[in-house]
Amino acid sequence: MTKARDLADLGNKTSLDEINDAYDAGALSNRNMIINGAMQVAQRGTSSTTDGYNTVDRFKMSNAGNDEAPTASQQVLTSSDTGVWEKGFRYSYRLTNGNQTSGAQANDRIALQHIIEAQDIASMGWDYTSSSSYITLSFWCKSSVAQNFYARLQTSDGTSQGFAFETGALSANTWTKVTQIISGDSNLQFDNNTDTGLVIEWVMYRGTDKTGTMTLNSWGAFDGAVRVPDMASTWYTTNDATFEITGVQLEVGDTATPFEHGKSYGEELAKCQRYFYKVDGAGGQTYNAHIRQTSGSGTQAYAQEINLPVTMRASPSVTVSYQDLHKPGVRYDTINSVSATGSQQSVGLIYDVANADVNSISTQVRSLNVTADAEL
Amino acid sequence: MENNMNITSAQYQADMDGNNSGIQATIDGQEMSVPLDPANRHYAEILKQVEAGTLTIADAE
Repeated sequence: MTKARDLADLGNKTSLDEINDAYDAGALSNRNMIINGAMQVAQRGTSSTTDGYNTVDRFKMSNAGNDEAPTASQQVLTSSDTGVWEKGFRYSYRLTNGNQTSGAQANDRIALQHIIEAQDIASMGWDYTSSSSYITLSFWCKSSVAQNFYARLQTSDGTSQGFAFETGALSANTWTKVTQIISGDSNLQFDNNTDTGLVIEWVMYRGTDKTGTMTLNSWGAFDGAVRVPDMASTWYTTNDATFEITGVQLEVGDTATPFEHGKSYGEELAKCQRYFYKVDGAGGQTYNAHIRQTSGSGTQAYAQEINLPVTMRASPSVTVSYQDLHKPGVRYDTINSVSATGSQQSVGLIYDVANADVNSISTQVRSLNVTADAEL
Repeated sequence: MENNMNITSAQYQADMDGNNSGIQATIDGQEMSVPLDPANRHYAEILKQVEAGTLTIADAE
């Protein structure tokens, strides 16, 4: 029985056993393995031209060889976004092309990636080594240029495997729901750990250095030189062309069920914070937490520990910026330097300050910005 | 995975006992403290570039 059927029949269940069966089949909540698939959370910002994770959480712009960098942005949807608006989507991830004045070159690339931990794929309930067991990826997308786009999956454990598919010809400026059923394969391996398990990539353009002849819709040994078939460059050679995506869902089974909207913003944010956390001291806000005098590397050092709200995937890289120490009723004090260390549960900061008369109880840090990054 | 990280500096940080406890690095123009955790993508990339001979990690001060 498919999950769509399970969902439709749920109201007809008459016994607890039947409801439990439907639940075990994944018909209810927590079936979407994509974090932030509705593009709601954007802790880092809402627009960036820099490669990597810089806007919508868990989604990464990957670009190379461009004459002008593309722009990644979190886009606010409106009632004019027919198709997705009625389905309850209020944000999308948009890639806006730059002006590629030298045309499409062999090593050029603009793509969007989402990476899932190996343990989450291993334990999602997919019998991934069986060719008769399936997962289904579905998403809504819109391009300003009519074109067929490719997307692909890539595994990391064991012998890396690849799976490419196409969106089908998209009409310009029209939201289209794409559904791709993916079978298991005896060569797939997902270790039960926190490392990269499955990479999903949507390709706006890849040059011929990484494309070639390949079979769609089936798994094969990953070939770094042939990731997707040779593709049209219409979108890539159109200045300011856009590609938008939202409603990304990956679930067990051979049916795309309706997008799992039930999670609150707070739940989605907490899932994102396993990979990225930010203390935002914009506007001179103070951050008052656990400052105490310590021996440190200087003679006037103070330590602060920031407990992370969610255990991170790995020890994070930490960035810190600040204005000064604020000692209410006394004065501000200059911070000479800060050293930072990150663990999966907390971030430790040691401040070397100009003066030693800080009241350790009331001290605050003004305009403290901290990021902790444990992304894949 | 293709990685575009531009690492322009890297220096070990030492704890109070003088042991290396992390790396202070400038990656894509941003200064950050990178833990010595192979599961951290920045540390993994630092190790990769060191192995390739394109990056050297300076000793702690």
